[in-house]
Amino acid sequence: MKRSWPAGAAPFAWLLVFFALPFFLVAKLSLSHAVLAIPPYAPRLDLSRGAAGLIGFVRELNFATYTRLAADRLYLLAYLSSLKFAAIGTAILLAIGYPMAYGMSRYGAFARQTLLIAVIVPFWTSFLIRIYAWIAILNPTGLLNQVLAAFHLGPLNLLNSQTAVIIGLVYAYLPFMVLPIYAVLDRQDESLIEAAQDLGCTPTQAFWRVTFPLSWPGVAAGALLCFIPMVGEFVIPDLLGGSDTLMLGRTLWTEFFADRDWPAACAVAVVLLGTLAVPIALFQRQQAKVLS
Amino acid sequence: MRSGPSAFNRISVCLGLGFLYAPIVLLVVYSFNASRLVTVWGGFSIRWYAAVLEDSQILDAIWVTLRVGLISATVATGLGILAAVALARSGKFRGRTLFSAMIYAPLAMPEVILGLSLLLLFVAMGIPRGFWTVTLSHATVTLCYATVVIQARLARFDISLEEAARDLGCPPLSAFLKVTLPNIAPAVAAAWMLAFTLSLDDLVIASFTSGPGATTLPMRLYSQIRLGVNPEINAVSTLLIAVVSAGVVAAGLIQRRRLKSA
Amino acid sequence: MVSCIDWPVSSAGATPLVRFEDVSKRFGALTAVDGVNLEIAPGEFFALLGPSGCGKTTLMRLLAGFAEPDEGRILLNGEDIAGLPPHRRPSSMMFQTYALFPHLNVEKNISFGLKQRGWNKDRASARVEEMLRVVRLEGLNLRRPDQLSGGQKQRVALARALAVQPKILLLDEPLAALDRKLREETQLELKAIQRTLGVTFLIVTHDQDEAMVVSDRIAVMNEGKIAQIGAPHEVYEQPASRFVAEFLGEANLFPDGAHWHLVRPEKMTLSATATPGGMAGEVMEIAYFGDRTRYVVKRPHGQVLRISRVNLGPPLSLEVGDAVWASFAPDSAVTLAS
Repeated sequence: MKRSWPAGAAPFAWLLVFFALPFFLVAKLSLSHAVLAIPPYAPRLDLSRGAAGLIGFVRELNFATYTRLAADRLYLLAYLSSLKFAAIGTAILLAIGYPMAYGMSRYGAFARQTLLIAVIVPFWTSFLIRIYAWIAILNPTGLLNQVLAAFHLGPLNLLNSQTAVIIGLVYAYLPFMVLPIYAVLDRQDESLIEAAQDLGCTPTQAFWRVTFPLSWPGVAAGALLCFIPMVGEFVIPDLLGGSDTLMLGRTLWTEFFADRDWPAACAVAVVLLGTLAVPIALFQRQQAKVLS
Repeated sequence: MRSGPSAFNRISVCLGLGFLYAPIVLLVVYSFNASRLVTVWGGFSIRWYAAVLEDSQILDAIWVTLRVGLISATVATGLGILAAVALARSGKFRGRTLFSAMIYAPLAMPEVILGLSLLLLFVAMGIPRGFWTVTLSHATVTLCYATVVIQARLARFDISLEEAARDLGCPPLSAFLKVTLPNIAPAVAAAWMLAFTLSLDDLVIASFTSGPGATTLPMRLYSQIRLGVNPEINAVSTLLIAVVSAGVVAAGLIQRRRLKSA
Repeated sequence: MVSCIDWPVSSAGATPLVRFEDVSKRFGALTAVDGVNLEIAPGEFFALLGPSGCGKTTLMRLLAGFAEPDEGRILLNGEDIAGLPPHRRPSSMMFQTYALFPHLNVEKNISFGLKQRGWNKDRASARVEEMLRVVRLEGLNLRRPDQLSGGQKQRVALARALAVQPKILLLDEPLAALDRKLREETQLELKAIQRTLGVTFLIVTHDQDEAMVVSDRIAVMNEGKIAQIGAPHEVYEQPASRFVAEFLGEANLFPDGAHWHLVRPEKMTLSATATPGGMAGEVMEIAYFGDRTRYVVKRPHGQVLRISRVNLGPPLSLEVGDAVWASFAPDSAVTLAS
């Protein structure tokens, strides 16, 4: 129907200006160099000089920022450890989230709805606050060590460590893993399991041969929904990690706010985006398929 | 009929929920701690709540956050309805792939990238950073979430209802307003709630796109948390959790009652 | 033998209410409606009958205005209605899924179109009461659609479509969602309502029994084209083609050069003893229906015959495997064009 196109025109234009256009700016700026000015980068496009301005602008763009980043071992380490944290986090989330989602789907309609609300509430609760809660728990004098001391164990110094970052990632993203998997399991036709059992499967076999393969779209959605933002996570490594916890999101933040090196921050963003392009495209295709 | 939960199922669910709720419960409990030391119980007190009410910085931040949330969620929901209609109703149109890519990409994109890119846009356009730049940024990001929620509902909506309205004499727009909109209203409300909560919650995008005089609550909390654990933060957090949970639980109960009566 | 003639496109005498002139509609590579010519007279109960995907629903949606023809014209009272949006067309439609507005009660559903036409409150509510009487749902004014049974929903949908006093009522598979007994009752009732109100009805259905019970004339469609138009007894007794013969009821077909001869099962007789001119065969299946019994008989060269016998007296004492002789009167055979 043609008449729907005008409906989309406003949001389409909005997203072009506020979402697509800014990415060109990020890419452009990553090819500029930092200067002590406001804004702190050069060259600046001067169209008042006409074509000469444009040519001069293009001439001054270069890949110096990228070569500088590639030469610095810290950036490479940050890149690798971002992927490592995200991978470990996703694996643990699957191990915890799948049994939880499956368990929820086994309850009766009324209890299921209650459990669903119970998982959604933390999902809606402030991310920052939920991470903050862990600081009090993982503190050297915090609640975890108080409990451990009561059993004459510890003390564990977890705050500002990689373990704390992993705990934080798993905690913050658990609802994002549980909800997509639960959505798929909840829709699954129970008679499929009965049919599998009728054809000779034990309940366990029926799970592995029918339920689990059918829940793949949910697992894929959950894993992508957790992995992608975790690679670029800033708050968790910043609040729970130590100064040695390197992650790209935190690097970008530091370059931007502390060092005021905008081209470097943009180059990090471009690298981050390039790395995540494939998983993001997968996620989009998956979402579009579910919704259409 | 579903087979009931096994012992393993029950344990998985209980441990999972315990993990999700224990830190929140502790945070809430310690907001009532009389002691300044967050990890030592010094008796029940509401002194930190009183302190919050006298902290003008926090109160200002709450006021900014609420205004940003109300405006951005409303804009995002309005645009989200239009975007969802375009995606759900029109088959192929030029730019559809780009359009749906722009809708889904921000859902998973790291916030630091969104924040940085929006900031560069405002700098390039010469817009001074402040209240309106945060609001615009939040509207942009939450627009995508709102669209997905509304589109999911529209996909299930029986198009012949709208056709029936047109057949009975409604022009297309009036058919949409009189029949479709009332029927997808719960999804529209859910989309608004989601957009509002995301805006309320956001630290990273706001940090990039905000300027002087427009410090949001998460930005204020973040700078205090960096200074160390502080019972006043617990009190603010508890208030925030209470408001959001009340909203979610109320919405959930309404839905559950509908489920029961159906 | 009766040979077949071309059927008249128009109904006898009256000026047509609706006229399709060489109407075609394509969706991509698929031609859903292919050069259709059709006339519907005022006051007529007209059926579009065909298998799913034959284009009958598309043809109806072209008339309602939900799609525009790629070729040809659609005339209503002699006027071309091209480009007229659905809300300006004097037809109204009853949807297959009923499409009752879930957020409105029965009364508000029925008065929806009246409000749109600017009827005042008293006049509209009088019309609602009148419609509820017609469909025998008095007193259900305040029920919501989800509190109604399937049959009640169907009646409300009918009342809503009729309330706006359409020039023609379009019914898209209106009874498909009802169970068999209710469907058969409703067919008769629909016919009675149509006769009482005198409104022109156009029904789309894939059920040949339904089309024959309710309609004055039937257009049988196949692959976007009209296969035949005629009164129910005409299309049944004198089908224009093998497709029509086989789509409406059961057909025994005998080849004769380039032609086929059709004999309906009830026109055939069966005997347990050899009859002169009878076709020998073996009983494959016997199905007892109470009022009649159906036999499936296989001839030695493999042709399968279907024979229906009204149970006026005691049934034939036949069993599966018995030898039988089937025959028919020469004037009960119809020659099909091709």
